[in-house]
Amino acid sequence: MTRGILACFASGALFGVGLAVSSMTDRHVVLGFLDVFGDWNPRLVFVMAAAVAVTAVAYRLILRGPAPAAGGEFHVPKAGAIDARLVAGAAIFGVGWGLAGYCPGPALVAVAAGLRDAWIFLPAMIAGSWIAGRLAR
Amino acid sequence: MNDWAPGIAGGALIGFGAALLLWSVGRIAGISGIASGALEGARGDRAWRIAFLAGMMIAGAAALQFVPLPPPRAQSGPTALLAVAGLLVGFGTRLGSGCTSGHGVCGLARFSKRSLAAVVAFMAFAMAATFVMNHVHLSP
Repeated sequence: MTRGILACFASGALFGVGLAVSSMTDRHVVLGFLDVFGDWNPRLVFVMAAAVAVTAVAYRLILRGPAPAAGGEFHVPKAGAIDARLVAGAAIFGVGWGLAGYCPGPALVAVAAGLRDAWIFLPAMIAGSWIAGRLAR
Repeated sequence: MNDWAPGIAGGALIGFGAALLLWSVGRIAGISGIASGALEGARGDRAWRIAFLAGMMIAGAAALQFVPLPPPRAQSGPTALLAVAGLLVGFGTRLGSGCTSGHGVCGLARFSKRSLAAVVAFMAFAMAATFVMNHVHLSP
């Protein structure tokens, strides 16, 4: 169990350093990607391509095994229908992402780095998630 | 700012992080879900989430501090806009069960059709929102 927790910390650390190194924690870099009719910044394409490629190969190899190394079982979402809830949620998320340039991971790292804009964004994000969780009950 | 190397390197690190999480505890690296579960989930299911988020925040902030990177731009976004954006991101990722990491990185890596639909939707709406913000002048 302890080893599992350490692995989770290390996993988060890799993830966080990846977000920082690729400047995804700078919301203006993300907005530069989303602004396709402006001064377009392709950075996010390279980040996503590399992340998806590494993850796709690793997931394939890992899921051949019987169980996770620290015990328990694999929690992989089952294939489901593309429903209104999924698309509406993604659309609402997209509007917020396009307005600020922060998605949840970079916002958390930016808060830890003490960036002012993220300190305004993150409490509102937590509130928004809580409201959606309440409505779903 | 547009050079590809930091993007590829950072993206690969994100992929290795996602791989380590699935390999060790069998979990998908979706930040919105990990965070909401850390705050509101069942007690026994919180420790791994908190460990992951702590690692991400501490190491990410340390990298911003100590790795020579372009410094983040001026922190002067309009307060109301940032707050509304935060509400929408929190609400939408909870309703749609994922964000850029869960649907984007991990979902696409699993070739999930649901995640592909979510990515197409949030990319399109994000580009539309940025377009309206930058290129549509609503004042007379």
